[in-house]
Amino acid sequence: MSAENLLQLKKINKVFSRGTVDEVKALNNINLEVKAEDYITVIGSNGAGKTTMLNVVGGVFPPERGGKIVVADVNVTGLSEYKRAAYVGRVYQDPNIGTAAKMTIEENLAMAVLRGKSRGLRAASNKQLREEFREALAPLKLGLENRLNALVGTLSSGQRQAVALVMATISRPSLLLLDEHSANLDPRTAQIVLELTEMIVKREKITTLMVTHNMELALRYGNRLIMMHEGRIVVDLNHEQRTGLTINDLITAFERASGSKFNEDELLLRG
Amino acid sequence: MDVAGSILSFSFYEGLVFGLVAIGVYLTLRVLAFPDLTVDGSYTLGGAVAAVLIVAGVNPFLATLAAIGAGFCAGLLTGILNTKLRIPALLAGILMMVGLYSINLRIMSGANVSLLREVTSFDIIANLFGMRGGSIAVSIILALAIAAVVFFALNWFLRTEIGLSLRATGDNEQMVRSLGGDTDKNVMLGCAVSNGLVALAGAIVSQGQGFADVGMGIGMIVMGLASVIIGEALFRPKGVTWLLVAAVGGAFVYRLFITIALRMGMAPGDLKLITAVLVVIALAIPYIRKKARREWIPPAVRW
Repeated sequence: MSAENLLQLKKINKVFSRGTVDEVKALNNINLEVKAEDYITVIGSNGAGKTTMLNVVGGVFPPERGGKIVVADVNVTGLSEYKRAAYVGRVYQDPNIGTAAKMTIEENLAMAVLRGKSRGLRAASNKQLREEFREALAPLKLGLENRLNALVGTLSSGQRQAVALVMATISRPSLLLLDEHSANLDPRTAQIVLELTEMIVKREKITTLMVTHNMELALRYGNRLIMMHEGRIVVDLNHEQRTGLTINDLITAFERASGSKFNEDELLLRG
Repeated sequence: MDVAGSILSFSFYEGLVFGLVAIGVYLTLRVLAFPDLTVDGSYTLGGAVAAVLIVAGVNPFLATLAAIGAGFCAGLLTGILNTKLRIPALLAGILMMVGLYSINLRIMSGANVSLLREVTSFDIIANLFGMRGGSIAVSIILALAIAAVVFFALNWFLRTEIGLSLRATGDNEQMVRSLGGDTDKNVMLGCAVSNGLVALAGAIVSQGQGFADVGMGIGMIVMGLASVIIGEALFRPKGVTWLLVAAVGGAFVYRLFITIALRMGMAPGDLKLITAVLVVIALAIPYIRKKARREWIPPAVRW
């Protein structure tokens, strides 16, 4: 593969409930090459395979035989989720998944800085790390840098998601997966979390895949747009192709590529 | 020594020793969120291993270390049953408890081993301080030294990188995996350390009472639970240090009640029923409170 591709998916298939009446082909021969520092928005209706694709990239379950996943020149196809975490950071839709409620902000971040490193018998946190945590939290402008000893369970869901975002990126993984990470938040908090995402991704130059239900967000953020339908990538627009597009243009592109009528209920037209 | 003094000092000694069991239960149940029933078996295992080795002429302190090692292995196996074979935590513990019963009988080649004619750790400490063997002061010195080492060691360990990862595993397993932590390993390590401590308690008790018995561990998990619950109610602990204090403190208060009840004429055989009822009440109170406040209550946990 060429060195400039940070993520490469080759012949990725995923079948659920194989051999039963519920058999679903969740991913259907996905091939994707993502350049370093690309920020890709992934859009599609329910059941299109967006989250399944993130799960396969993140190592929650393996693809079917013959598929290959390469991250930063490392073939990670056979690596379990916790080993793959060295390369891949992830923020989930539910802030409760990305953070540990009964531990303090400091302890949560102390877990996050050890991504991809071996854990030993050194003290998990120290003065220097606390300084690093404060520096990472300060740009959020939520005042969390002064509340390192607060239990994460006492934070609002927006604050928790902001902490989860910092935790996913503080050790600079090669790849960041965002799984509708602003969908569960109220509009104002969602806006803040999305702006924080933009800021962190740009500053740390992390290659990013952001799954969303929201067409407007998919057009506003990132430099490339992918649309999925029934386990396939049906639309793939680079930065130039995407510039100036409206939501209606996207719908037209979707209907032409997928050969099926666009169902308005399945996608949010605006935020 | 007056009655109150002897009750207090005896409960203090027992609180320290059973505090080890309470800390073990606290490690699995509260830190790992893993209800581990191996405890009943590993407590006896510790007593049996120490007693048999001491009878065979091994140094009592080395025998106690070996008991810790045996408990550690038992816990490790429970962790493996759960993480590698996906056997539910409760069942994994029950299977280990049952299996260990036979193993303990084999180790002791019978139902019990007497240490009355042997030199135990207590006798060595007594000689060291020029005191009479079997005096309560000697028991307290030994128990206090061991409990202090365990307390400070765990207080340090739970703040290390591995310790933090272990605590996070009980809080949010998915998060730990997504941050590169091996949750299977954490569960195995937590169960192993927990049962090592429980076996240590068994080894000390068998030396203190002068025998190991195959039934000595029965109900130990419930006693540990009672101690943890009492400790949490009394100390309302936040943070690692206070949780450890609460476990030991809870064990002390529990043993104090039991000692007083026994002195007042309660039949020793009723002790386990009373402990069980105590735990039932403690676990039911939050549910009844919620019900009274008409709050949403999650369905009963079956596993």
